Amino acid sequence: MLRILRPAGLAVVFVAAIASPALACAGLIGPNGTVNLVRTTTLAAHHDGVEHYITAFSFQGGGGRFGSIVPLPGVPTKVERGGDWTLQRLIRETQRPLEEARALLLPAVAQDKARVILETRIDALDITILEGGGAAVGRWAREHGFVLPPDAPEILDYYASRSPIFMAARFDADAARKRGQQVGDGTPIHLTIPTRHPWVPLRILALGKKSSDVVRADVYLLTDARPALFPRLRPGLSLRHSAPASSELMRDLRADKGMAWMPVGKMWLTHLAINGPASDLSYDLAVDAGGQGRPSRDLAGLAGLPLLMLGVLLWGAGTVTLPRRRPE
Amino acid sequence: MARLPRKTFVRAALLAATTILIAAVLSTPSSATTQTIAVTMRHSRFAPSHFIVRRGATVRFLITNADPIDHELILGDETVQRRHETGTEPAHGTVPGEVSVPPGTTAETSYTFSRAGIVLIGCHARGHYDYGMRGAVLVVY
Repeated sequence: MLRILRPAGLAVVFVAAIASPALACAGLIGPNGTVNLVRTTTLAAHHDGVEHYITAFSFQGGGGRFGSIVPLPGVPTKVERGGDWTLQRLIRETQRPLEEARALLLPAVAQDKARVILETRIDALDITILEGGGAAVGRWAREHGFVLPPDAPEILDYYASRSPIFMAARFDADAARKRGQQVGDGTPIHLTIPTRHPWVPLRILALGKKSSDVVRADVYLLTDARPALFPRLRPGLSLRHSAPASSELMRDLRADKGMAWMPVGKMWLTHLAINGPASDLSYDLAVDAGGQGRPSRDLAGLAGLPLLMLGVLLWGAGTVTLPRRRPE
Repeated sequence: MARLPRKTFVRAALLAATTILIAAVLSTPSSATTQTIAVTMRHSRFAPSHFIVRRGATVRFLITNADPIDHELILGDETVQRRHETGTEPAHGTVPGEVSVPPGTTAETSYTFSRAGIVLIGCHARGHYDYGMRGAVLVVY
């Protein structure tokens, strides 16, 4: 059945040293140091100032624990089990035929001190919402059995500079087996995050990967109006779908568990696909869902870009204008 | 006897003093040279990562790990680095030039650079060396 996804920013992650093969979302490092190159799927829906982040962690078998850390744009007011078909229904909407879509769905593998804001257990997943700087969250993760890859300190700092909120998800493989979960079965997680400025963490997908490793992910956005995105086009990032959500999709999603928040009216559906080397994924996706058309460079993690561009422009202007000066 | 102008005299004196100082440094037995170098580990990099020392110098490395993950500093040639990359030693500390540095701590190790050439620096926690956590010491005469 399910497989896939991850949350608000897509996930990333690490793993508990103890163990073996349990798992979480894509982009993670396995207990034996291997990288799971899987495709992940996430829905970041934004309505009335609230982001609904839905992702899934899938059981990969084995024993022990396995975990992920996901940066979040704000403090969730609710963390609950996600609906049963929302993610699959979105894939069906944008990738037909269904068989083809299924083929693309790989198992969702799935300063100081960090402050624990919320702890909950959903099926075999232990979820902890943390607040803290990159180093503090890293220390917390290490103390709780996560093995962080060498790029983790920089990436955690990268996110903490914009939002000090992270979600740590640990899959208890033993508990999953006791619950009868099969390898590949996913546990969807739904986070409700009040925020006026949604963004979707993408760089985290490259965590622990080599530069040449390919990152594949699907990101769905549901917004009240056609969103303005930043960046728009980048190597490895493509816009696959952008249109008003069909009434059938709206009806089906609204009927899923925990999806009653969806408005009765129209929403805009956007599908972005990521398929490129990890070295290209040095940014996040900023979303202006309010129709202002001004997505934030800061929230895309590209705050330094304008200065760089200005420099290039000035330099370019100089080289262009100079030839016009002719000796008299 | 004609006296040198005061300015010229001062310059000549400074030049002589500098020359003597340089000569003294160069002639000092290198084994007597000891220095302390502070190194910070941050974002899985050494900072600074490259140094120049004199042959025979004994350097005390004072290393601070600002990351939330384990690191180590291993000094040695390519063979040493390769051995540690595939090795299984859980921690270092007794061999000069080899030290483990837990998160948020400072450790030190001393190393004598007895031959001119290049000595490599590396961290061999899983994946760190490939990630780029490396440096080098240029040992000059």
